[in-house]
Amino acid sequence: MVPLSWYLIVAAILFCVGVFGVLARRNAVAILMGIELMLNAVNVNLVAFWRYLEPDKMVGQAFAAFVFIVAAAETAVGLALIISVYRNRETVDVENVDLLKW
Amino acid sequence: MTTLQVMFFFFSLITVAGGLYTVIARNLFHAALGLIVSLAGVAALYALLEASFLAAAQVAIYIGAIAILIIFAVMLTRGVTGKNPVKDWWTYTITAIVCLLLLVVLLTTLFRFDWPQTAQAAVPADSIARLGKSLVDPSLYVLPFEVASVLLVAALIGSAYIARDKK
Repeated sequence: MVPLSWYLIVAAILFCVGVFGVLARRNAVAILMGIELMLNAVNVNLVAFWRYLEPDKMVGQAFAAFVFIVAAAETAVGLALIISVYRNRETVDVENVDLLKW
Repeated sequence: MTTLQVMFFFFSLITVAGGLYTVIARNLFHAALGLIVSLAGVAALYALLEASFLAAAQVAIYIGAIAILIIFAVMLTRGVTGKNPVKDWWTYTITAIVCLLLLVVLLTTLFRFDWPQTAQAAVPADSIARLGKSLVDPSLYVLPFEVASVLLVAALIGSAYIARDKK
């Protein structure tokens, strides 16, 4: 059998890859892709804990389903905002879209 | 090395490699394809964990909707020059070191505990039916379920409005 810690290690690695994507990319859509990776890593964690610790309660799977729903809503809104920014400024480079910075 | 462990290694390798390609690829469309590979790997991990509903939902929702949305956004926000600007190599190195430090922190916290080597119990045979019932049971999760559907409707109407053509 696969020990639980292996699933947690894979989820941690995927999460850190997502953090690297968010911090090291200049394109806003690429940053959103990093956020999706982080959300998937968290979901893998949730489902692994559900399977190994409490498989007859449905709380783990329900929690993961809610993370799915929230991730879909957030991606839709984020991409709509990026498209709107692109229409106004012709760029989605986050280094240039910094009007609210000090 | 049992078959299950070999399959686990294969799928997690696909997942992590897809994720790495997503965050490294210069061409954004290639990065979106790498994201799709990573999401498919996560769906396979769900199937290994006997969460069959979540595996199917992952393929349908993430790959079938979210990844397609991301590809649309990539195509709609192409720069005029077609080249994607990158940060300088010094920033990349510092970011990579910070992310490795975060990974070290996560792994040391993880290894403090004694996690079970095998699953404590078997998944009940009707787990999908139980999940469905728990989402509409008044004493369980019907409230978050309804709130989540309102959230989705609001988010999609809002994003359709924000991204509409203003001519």
